[in-house]
Amino acid sequence: MRRIPSHRLVHHVVVWTVGLIWIVPFLGILMSALRPQSELVHGWWRLSPLTLSLENFARAWNHPTAPVGEGIRNSLFMVIPATILPLLVSSLAAYGLLRFHFPLRGPLSLLIVLLLAIPQQMVAVPLFRFLRDLGLINTYTGLILAHSAWALPWMTMFLRNYFATLPLEVEEAASIDGANSLQIFTRIVLPSSLPGLASAAALQLTWAWNDFFLALILIYDPAKLVATQRIPLLRGQYHIDWGVLTAASILTMAIPVLVFALLQRSYIRGLIGWTLK
Amino acid sequence: MMRRWITPLLFIAPALLLIVFFIILPAVQTVWLSFFTKEGTFAGLQNFAQVLKDSETLNLRRFPSQSPPWGSIVHNILWTLLHLPLTVGLGLVLAVLLERAWGATLLKSIIFLGMVTPMIVGGVIIRFLFDENAGLLPAIFRAIGLPGLGRSWTAYPETALLALILGSVWLWVGFSMVLYSAGLSTIPREYYEAASVDGANAFQQFLHITVPSLRPVTTVIVAMTILWELKIFDIVYTATLGGPGGSSMVLALQMYFYAFRALQFHRAAAVATLLTALTLVVGVWFVRTTRAME
Repeated sequence: MRRIPSHRLVHHVVVWTVGLIWIVPFLGILMSALRPQSELVHGWWRLSPLTLSLENFARAWNHPTAPVGEGIRNSLFMVIPATILPLLVSSLAAYGLLRFHFPLRGPLSLLIVLLLAIPQQMVAVPLFRFLRDLGLINTYTGLILAHSAWALPWMTMFLRNYFATLPLEVEEAASIDGANSLQIFTRIVLPSSLPGLASAAALQLTWAWNDFFLALILIYDPAKLVATQRIPLLRGQYHIDWGVLTAASILTMAIPVLVFALLQRSYIRGLIGWTLK
Repeated sequence: MMRRWITPLLFIAPALLLIVFFIILPAVQTVWLSFFTKEGTFAGLQNFAQVLKDSETLNLRRFPSQSPPWGSIVHNILWTLLHLPLTVGLGLVLAVLLERAWGATLLKSIIFLGMVTPMIVGGVIIRFLFDENAGLLPAIFRAIGLPGLGRSWTAYPETALLALILGSVWLWVGFSMVLYSAGLSTIPREYYEAASVDGANAFQQFLHITVPSLRPVTTVIVAMTILWELKIFDIVYTATLGGPGGSSMVLALQMYFYAFRALQFHRAAAVATLLTALTLVVGVWFVRTTRAME
């Protein structure tokens, strides 16, 4: 058997301790969601008595004032178009910015980077009025358009960098064969960029799902609220029902965690790709 | 000549339309609003002066001798001053340590979980973690004989802001760790081998090879982290709503309260414009630094 030097052992112990510390808060809400309130008064880490049940999840799902089940259905209904639409629009823009030389191309790319810095609070009031005048306030169409627009800066940057890694010769050959720009884009560029598109989709799906602010200002009909909007409503002013609140939290974070677990490599590659070149 | 314009325009037009109508025009309108009164007369810098004189934004009489509220600007700056070095430093240390650890992939996923979690849930977890009855941290402080820290941190002005900042470190470290891990994998092994031959120890190698090679990554991490700290909203919304007594109020939340609770659109616009001015400083710095490095 291979002997492990003691300083290597210390190293492993240190990193695993950090990992353990990092997961404890999640363990806490999981325990709180799975156990009755009476077992939590002395701390979720006391394991006797230990009664596990899904009752808190059922109570959160069918909550009388802010049912989380309805919120999750609404969020699902909203995030899918809010992912596909910006993916289409930004891949077109990214290709246009990369492959064509035209005046103002430089400043336009610069503007896109600066747009990343702007907080959503900066547009809140005028955007509310604009969508109200269009009759799109309190509709998912309005929210989806807003999500799409706010995804464009980073997505365009990311896809532009991704398209830049594709070999130019294939596109040139197609061009000589008489294909026009749109045909080259849809038949050559998009199919060979599937990993990049998957990364962008994984990130946008979780970010649109996790968003709170845009939904908070644009959707106010109680039946239409998305999942994240319902969490603060379950909080209560003076007394906190931790069982319901933590169960709702776990239900709401389940989708982004699932996306991350399934598309981990795409997700991480996306995060690195749009921030680092 | 026309063709040179038309094809790229067709590709870019949909994106441009969405960006103009959903980001640029409303942002310009907000700047416009911030220079006018409710009655529609030109106000000059009056809205900004009012916001800056308000103790909710700046309360320097209390800072730092008395407990918060110190004003949302001070809170955002403190957030940055504490959160930035902690997350950047911890992320780098973890990335280096995890390079050669058992189960590094699993550990990275665990640490990164905070970044995948909706921040609105992040706020719930922070409040839970620091709760007097349900929370682990106050229980630990009571057990080690510090009863002053054994109560709900988010319910008292002395500790609310600190609880949020520490909680946000826990949530955000995964970001810098993942980016540093990616950065580390691009440093050629030969650099370290050559340094070993020259007799450099592990710490010297870290200081003279690892740190300088990671400078471009560090720029990205610092810029994104400061932007996140300035825009912080969801965590505060669920954990404290800026309370108690404004002791954890931040600019983004203050803007929301002015606009959507008090319906003071012009004051809200002034707060938003101030916040955007701060974030644009970071944005411009980032663009200039990355260009200089290229």
